[in-house]
Amino acid sequence: MKENRILEVNHLDLSFRLGNEVNHVIRDISFHLNQGETLAIVGESGSGKSVTTKAILGMIDDNGFLGKGEILFRTSRTGKEDEIVDLTKKDKKYMQKYVRGSKIAIIFQDPMTSLDPTMTIGKQIMESMLEHKKVASKKEAMAKTIQLLDLVGIEQPEKRVRQYPHQLSGGMRQRVVIAIALACEPDVLIADEPTTALDVTIQSQILELIKDLQKKTGVSIIFITHDLGVVANVADRVAVMYAGKIVEEGLASEIYYDPRHPYTWGLLSSIPSLDGQDEEIYSIPGTPPNLIDPPKGDAFAYRSEYALEIDFEEQPPMFQISDTHFAASWLLHPSAPKVDMPLVLAKRIAAFNERRSQE
Amino acid sequence: MTKFIAKRILLSLATLFVILFILFLLLQFMPGSPFNDEKLTAAQQAVLMAKYGLDKPFFIRFWIYLQNVVLRGDFGISYAIKKDMLVSGIVIARLGTSVRIGLQALLLGVSLGVLFGVISGSKRNTWMDSMATVAAVIGVSIPSYVLALVLSFVLGYKFRIFSITYQVDQPLWSSILPTIALSFFVMAQTTRFLRTELIEVLASDYVKLVDAKGVARPKVILRHGLRNAMISVITILGPLTVNLMTGSLVVERVYGIPGIGSLLVEGIQVNDYNVIIMIAFVYSALYIFVNLIVDILYGVIDPRIRVAKGG
Repeated sequence: MKENRILEVNHLDLSFRLGNEVNHVIRDISFHLNQGETLAIVGESGSGKSVTTKAILGMIDDNGFLGKGEILFRTSRTGKEDEIVDLTKKDKKYMQKYVRGSKIAIIFQDPMTSLDPTMTIGKQIMESMLEHKKVASKKEAMAKTIQLLDLVGIEQPEKRVRQYPHQLSGGMRQRVVIAIALACEPDVLIADEPTTALDVTIQSQILELIKDLQKKTGVSIIFITHDLGVVANVADRVAVMYAGKIVEEGLASEIYYDPRHPYTWGLLSSIPSLDGQDEEIYSIPGTPPNLIDPPKGDAFAYRSEYALEIDFEEQPPMFQISDTHFAASWLLHPSAPKVDMPLVLAKRIAAFNERRSQE
Repeated sequence: MTKFIAKRILLSLATLFVILFILFLLLQFMPGSPFNDEKLTAAQQAVLMAKYGLDKPFFIRFWIYLQNVVLRGDFGISYAIKKDMLVSGIVIARLGTSVRIGLQALLLGVSLGVLFGVISGSKRNTWMDSMATVAAVIGVSIPSYVLALVLSFVLGYKFRIFSITYQVDQPLWSSILPTIALSFFVMAQTTRFLRTELIEVLASDYVKLVDAKGVARPKVILRHGLRNAMISVITILGPLTVNLMTGSLVVERVYGIPGIGSLLVEGIQVNDYNVIIMIAFVYSALYIFVNLIVDILYGVIDPRIRVAKGG
């Protein structure tokens, strides 16, 4: 594993047993997370993005099982050299004691249901510090909790620690959930659609907060979302997932300004733009394939107007476009016919570029 | 909270008044009279009726009765069981034993039920879960009096570990069998209910977040799972109490326990009105009291229900 990487997923396979059938939800995916960066994993519901994070945390349901592949994680040890562990080889006890909450923390989608209604928010934040022995006493835990609430932008933290979740608004609850995640100063923070359940004004506040916290703490973030628009200002790198595979991966600028996979084109075209009053919002036709019996070739071919014959026959490999930019599409093969991205998208990117050069 | 409790108590008193009236009214429709003695002539019966004030109009009798109950705690005198003795004396003397055995059964049943429910709900689809489920189904299906008879036959008669009947000089030891007989249904219901609730709570987002915090599994189940699941389980405490009362009617007979359950059965057989009314009234009061406790417990466990501000 390269020096600057904190997490590396290599050829991970994950399936769920459903009666007699096997749902192959993650199919040979690889990606990595650099220290201190934000990686956005983007894809529609069912593409396997949330399950991937659950695999990292060792929280797969009982009917799920890992195939081949590894999840390498750099564990910092005080006074010693970093150790690189393969999380897929570790048992539940190890994950609970040494990884979850303490090294890798997660923020869930819906703050309205993420907090225990019968426990004060102070106790819920203190719980993981005490569990992982990050503090010497309850008093210290309380002091740290108040600091944390202040850090995530909750006013009157001394009063709030004694309150119950139902006494807080949705936005405040998500701040509390973020405080819980940061309680043990984790190295990696997974944000699983942290703004989807919030209304738009609160969404941008929470995004700002996450960005700000990363600056202050240096935490590395995996940001899961179905909305490329949400992560435009947050992500350093973007991985686009479709049907249990990563179809395109690159720096945020590469994904937004030079997308190569037809699925990424579709996703980008479907973001409503502010200036295009007369244009119709694009939607990708069809639905994602059933992964109990995944298609032989490119899973997106059935919904793509750019599909080549080979797309139905054989899985495209990852083609390298730059040092950091990869895409799995036969369109990138040297002998493939030359195809341009949709006109709407090309126009939009041109407009962006123009604006960028003016600034 | 105090205001809430005061309001509940006032409401309970009003309920008790209505209950007393209905009980008094219902007894008017009972066949026969306390003086159903073939040796008595019609004239003699009329004299007795007049002596006890039973010849007066209904509302006047109720008014007199109500005054006696409220002002003196006097529920009238027994006509048949212990002639001319105050009913309140007879009932109160036997109340302690019944309440004690009822509480023992409730405590035993709920404790075992919570234990089995937690095991069953957190170790779903294991042999322990299957065992607990089977025990729960048996407990719900077998009436307490059948169990009482089986227990007293096997453990009392065959193996002679316990005495077959209740002994006044061994109040605790000899109450073990009736306690078990009564607690079985409570245990079974609590297990079943808690299992369902716990499974649901453990699948909730907030328990997943606790899991993601890296909290050890036993703490996740007890601190977060059980506490939230208990909110719903408390609801069945009321109905369970009713079951204990009706169960005690027969179980007390089986073991010869000098409690109010057996007294009620006796009272019904000999038309001892005042005894019947008072015991029915005591049962209602107990039930209302349990519900009051349940309401207060809700507030203790679930902060969302606490009415007072500040939480």
